[in-house]
Amino acid sequence: MSLWRDIKGTLQPFWVTLCNMMRRPVTVQYPEQKQQMAQRYRGRLMLTRDPEGHERCVACHLCSAACPVDCISMQAAEGDDGRRHAAWFRINFTRCIFCGLCTEACPTLAIQVTGEFELAGRDPLKLVWEKDDLLVDHGGHTPDYNFYRQSGVGVAAPRGGLPTETAPVDPKDLMP
Amino acid sequence: MIDGLIMIVLILIKLGVIFAVIMTMAAYLVLAERKILARMQLRHGPNRVGPFGMMQPLADVIKLLTKEDFLPDRADKWLFLLAPGMAAVTAILTFAVVPFGPPLQVFGHELPLVVIDLNVGVLYFLGLSSLAVYGVALGGWASNSKYSLLGGIRGLAQLISYELSMGLALVPVVMLARSFSLTDIVLAQQAAPFILVNPLAFLIFLVSVVAESKRTPFDMPEAENELVGGFHTEYSGMRFGLFFVGEYINLVILSSMVTVFFLGGWLGPLLPGVIWFGVKVLALCFFFIWVRGSLPRLRYDQLMHFGWKILLPLALLNVLLTGAVLLWSRT
Repeated sequence: MSLWRDIKGTLQPFWVTLCNMMRRPVTVQYPEQKQQMAQRYRGRLMLTRDPEGHERCVACHLCSAACPVDCISMQAAEGDDGRRHAAWFRINFTRCIFCGLCTEACPTLAIQVTGEFELAGRDPLKLVWEKDDLLVDHGGHTPDYNFYRQSGVGVAAPRGGLPTETAPVDPKDLMP
Repeated sequence: MIDGLIMIVLILIKLGVIFAVIMTMAAYLVLAERKILARMQLRHGPNRVGPFGMMQPLADVIKLLTKEDFLPDRADKWLFLLAPGMAAVTAILTFAVVPFGPPLQVFGHELPLVVIDLNVGVLYFLGLSSLAVYGVALGGWASNSKYSLLGGIRGLAQLISYELSMGLALVPVVMLARSFSLTDIVLAQQAAPFILVNPLAFLIFLVSVVAESKRTPFDMPEAENELVGGFHTEYSGMRFGLFFVGEYINLVILSSMVTVFFLGGWLGPLLPGVIWFGVKVLALCFFFIWVRGSLPRLRYDQLMHFGWKILLPLALLNVLLTGAVLLWSRT
């Protein structure tokens, strides 16, 4: 009967709430108690080094292209030995949403996530991290991976400078 | 002369104590509600300000007092400023007729523990509880906002659907006690509280009182998730605070009313009267909070349907039955 159903439906919630009152709250009292994060939790980002201690980042811009909130920016540069690196590398953690898409885009496993997530502060500008803040002295979760050992470094000497080469063409020669 | 002075001082002290107790109770009811609701939802509730969050009401008051007092453009200025006071003052005034203890002997004077023992106390209570909705209706109308207006309209629609059955639920009480004075009603329950004598009237009155307090499941006038804030959408700072305090004072008053009419007021074994009264009122306050934690909001057509088609006929029937039984038992 629907009246009986209505009365039951009105009284049942009272029992449920009373039972819940006797139970322990599930809240984690955050600053005092810390939550145990999952092992593969995606927190803030870091820039790792290869086993030889060089920067892995080759400044290919793929991470900044993959970033959905455009928080990564960098300037590419080339060293004397032909290795590409980032002249500067900047992550704006006020924007970063910890999605980890940059780490999936990275071809050299340079940018990786850490488990850390407590970045709150009073000055937003302090959350814009430069390369020095991001670089760590280890290889993250792939300590043995060494991109340049497989691929080799590009031409070390200035291009076209070897005796067997001809000098590069200056395209502006054609201009009238 | 000296006697008169002592009497005046005693009365002033009594008024001050009553006012302080009501305000403190209202403030701490807010905290109690937040804590109890939180525990029902497996949370902790406010626990940061002071030990166990006990200073939270103070922090809330400081916050409300320091906020901007906002007056919307094109609002009806005077009504807008007046409405919150209306809600709070009517609630406080109602307590004037509530007897919260047996008369006290102080310095050879008999001090009744009630502000004034009106011989039409029941009518005074009903009148003020109807006036209280003007705060809601005028506040909603004067804000010049569609949400506030809808909240005010709902407040009025709610009023006409529960007010009648609330009044009719009190008729058997008056018939049993043969008086409109609340003190006489309490004294008439010496044999048995009216909840045992007439449980149907108690149930009807309880439901009406929950509707009167404008709290879940009958909180259509505010209905956060439909009407933003309902009638107090446009209010800020202490004016919102007055509405808020008014609601909780109202809760205390209505619990006292249920206690006086049905639970035997201050009467009880062993403990002194005032403590019995406090215990009963606090238990009812807990019940109100419990209801809020348990039941979802009704639609307002459901409330009207419930009020007019179920509560009102039941209340009328109850009046008839009580009258018949009283007549039969006297002959």
